[in-house]
Amino acid sequence: MARYDRAITVFSPDGHLFQVEYALEAVRKGNAAVGVRGTDTVVLGVEKKSTPAPRLPVLLLHLLLSSVRKIVSLDTHIALACAGLKADARVLINRARIECQSHRLTVEDPVTVEYITRYIAGLQQKYTQSGGVRPFGLSTLIVGFDPYTGVPALYQTDPSGTFSAWKANATGRNSNSMREFLEKNYKETSGQETVKLAIRTLLEVVESGGKNIEIAVVTKEHGLRQLDEAEIDAIVAEIEAEKAAAEAAKKAPSKDT
Amino acid sequence: MECVFGLVGDGFALVAADTSAVHSILVHKSNEDKVMILDSHKLLGASGEAGDRVQFTEYIQKNVHLYEFRNGIPLTTAATANFTRGELALALRKNPYFVNILLAGYDKNIGPSLYYIDYIATLHKVDKGAFGYGSYFTLSMMDRHYKSGMSLEEAIDLVDKCIIEIRSRLVVAPPNFVIKIVDKDGAREYAWRESIKDAGVSAA
Repeated sequence: MARYDRAITVFSPDGHLFQVEYALEAVRKGNAAVGVRGTDTVVLGVEKKSTPAPRLPVLLLHLLLSSVRKIVSLDTHIALACAGLKADARVLINRARIECQSHRLTVEDPVTVEYITRYIAGLQQKYTQSGGVRPFGLSTLIVGFDPYTGVPALYQTDPSGTFSAWKANATGRNSNSMREFLEKNYKETSGQETVKLAIRTLLEVVESGGKNIEIAVVTKEHGLRQLDEAEIDAIVAEIEAEKAAAEAAKKAPSKDT
Repeated sequence: MECVFGLVGDGFALVAADTSAVHSILVHKSNEDKVMILDSHKLLGASGEAGDRVQFTEYIQKNVHLYEFRNGIPLTTAATANFTRGELALALRKNPYFVNILLAGYDKNIGPSLYYIDYIATLHKVDKGAFGYGSYFTLSMMDRHYKSGMSLEEAIDLVDKCIIEIRSRLVVAPPNFVIKIVDKDGAREYAWRESIKDAGVSAA
């Protein structure tokens, strides 16, 4: 068998770039991530691998590690979540943060969400065409508000370097079932309803509970805010109560007939 | 000509600066803000070559912001002062920036602090400091009237004394000044001391 996937990203005879496809596979195996755009808020949610209760000597390390968040801010008005290789993410995030400040320094304006998405996607594309490198095993969801028009935005990038704008989207593990859920249930929402839709989507593929979910809410006024575990638990409980009520309502009339 | 000065009081630090943009014998404007709000709890008062001043202070500001985004915590005032000094020292033997800096900040657990940094990369932690022609008067005024642990009221009173002294004793005294303070609640503009107003300019 010809080894078209060994060295760098080279076309195979039938037109595939195997390294890019493997990178996409790394994304599909990565943690689930979801983004929902509301009218006045944009919400990012990711699945968090909950670790078993640590033994005491490991506790400090555990606390340090759990402070490593999967949703990060690139600038005051822009947040990013990603699925795939976490180590690659650090490089990408670092480059994006530098670009955010560099943009401010050169043109005295904060970046727009589209600009930074284009930059990140451009970087990812470079790593599919340059010699001696491999693609980023990352798909990112980038959210934020346009600093001037105040319009919320949600973008996605993938390892090949393509990017696209969305009302709501998911990536990572089981992203298809989450996307299907969003296709069925997406409504124009605002505020807490947007947060709820994001969590409901995640709950399709993630075990219930605040310790398995990480949520960040971006608003025009307050920028990025990470919800703490108790807040998420409260919303999860609310959603489950609603689900139970809907279930009961469905069953009740069938008994009468 | 330029006057930038600052002092540390009880639970706050303050920086005051003239607001004249001057070239040769001409005054281009008298509402040029020379005290940058570096981040939520830092003030950067700068004097020197106008272009260098803006270029250098913005460069420092963006790097301080970048640090905060990368690490999730802001730089302390002391760290910022050392970083700034380092950048000036690095530039000094290549193509130096002609900027003198007073850096005021407030840190949790540390309190307010003021750093004196000049264009040849001198760094001193001080209670009071000044740059420019105004320093000849403000330094002696502060030597006479400054005491540690001044209240905001006393400190502003001293700043006003300094401004009056500059206006009455300096041949080329600037007309307007801006005063900014930083305390536990953050860095903010406190007041302007204006003796002339710039003629209104139609919105550009």
